Amino acid sequence: MIRKTISTLLLLAATSLALPVTSAEVTSLRGATELNEDSAVPEQKIYNKDGEPISRDYVQQPPLIPHKIDNYQVNLKSNKCLSCHSWKHYREAGATKISQTHFEDRESNVLANVSARRYFCTQCHVPQVNAKPLVDNTFQPITAISDE
Amino acid sequence: MTDENNCGLVCKLWRTLWRPSVRYSLGTLLIVGFVAGIIFWGGFNTAMELSNTETFCISCHEMEENVYREYKNTVHYTNRTGVRATCPDCHVPKEWHHKVVRKIQASNELLHKALGSIDTPEKFEAKRLQLAQHVWSVMKETDSRECRNCHNYEYMDFTEQGRRAVNQHSHGLNEGKTCIDCHKGIAHQLPDMRTVDPSAVVGEK
Repeated sequence: MIRKTISTLLLLAATSLALPVTSAEVTSLRGATELNEDSAVPEQKIYNKDGEPISRDYVQQPPLIPHKIDNYQVNLKSNKCLSCHSWKHYREAGATKISQTHFEDRESNVLANVSARRYFCTQCHVPQVNAKPLVDNTFQPITAISDE
Repeated sequence: MTDENNCGLVCKLWRTLWRPSVRYSLGTLLIVGFVAGIIFWGGFNTAMELSNTETFCISCHEMEENVYREYKNTVHYTNRTGVRATCPDCHVPKEWHHKVVRKIQASNELLHKALGSIDTPEKFEAKRLQLAQHVWSVMKETDSRECRNCHNYEYMDFTEQGRRAVNQHSHGLNEGKTCIDCHKGIAHQLPDMRTVDPSAVVGEK
């Protein structure tokens, strides 16, 4: 038994020596920086302050947030987003109304108020910064739902 | 004479105070009174201003552990321009007579400090709604006077404001709303809003 373990360990050691570490050839999206060098600090992006609603790119896309949401309190005690986007306040606030789908629990029972599973807005809805895509892509928004 | 003999120490002092002076001239009394008045007044105001500093406010752990730590994450503590509003800027009026009235009211806060009404975070949390509603109603009554020490509708350049702010501020101005009507929970966390605005709280099944 002991002999078998030792031979396994030896085999493992031999394999790891045979496959040299190739990290130097890998370039991540952050760029290649040697371990002993300081990497360049990326520019700090600032969230878009305030804008028109952003049109959707695909069906079922959660609408993006076209404004800053710094320090918006969303917890069990209160939801800052809903103080404008709720059915009660959206007209007065000039905000987009929260979708009716957010009033259903997972058994599709319709509730009297926003469902707990749809309550934490930033799980799906996110604010935007003016950042270039890190990877090029050729995706085109669907013309039927986008105004672009 | 018999009266004076019966008089105690306090009584004698009282009588001396109300008898015309036979030793000091009226001029001396006036000058000494004037100088003593300045020192007393200066001392009074300095003491009052000392109680009007952030260091004083957060010397109580009730303030430091709860409201102060929450405030440190907000725009009134740190921001783009480096202007800071500390506790008394929002919670103590600037005008003298309003300030004195508030300072007298604060004796109730001293009582509750002694009683330990909010001496743990749990006790504070349990009272948060009540405390917040006190501040909100005072702000409403004074037309958000302390906000207006720095922010004023009249001085706002709507062309510099964002789409949402212009809309809300121009409506607010016309409808006679006051800052606190919309800007609740900007420097501290909101209490449980179930009773205040049920539409902005998670629904119960």
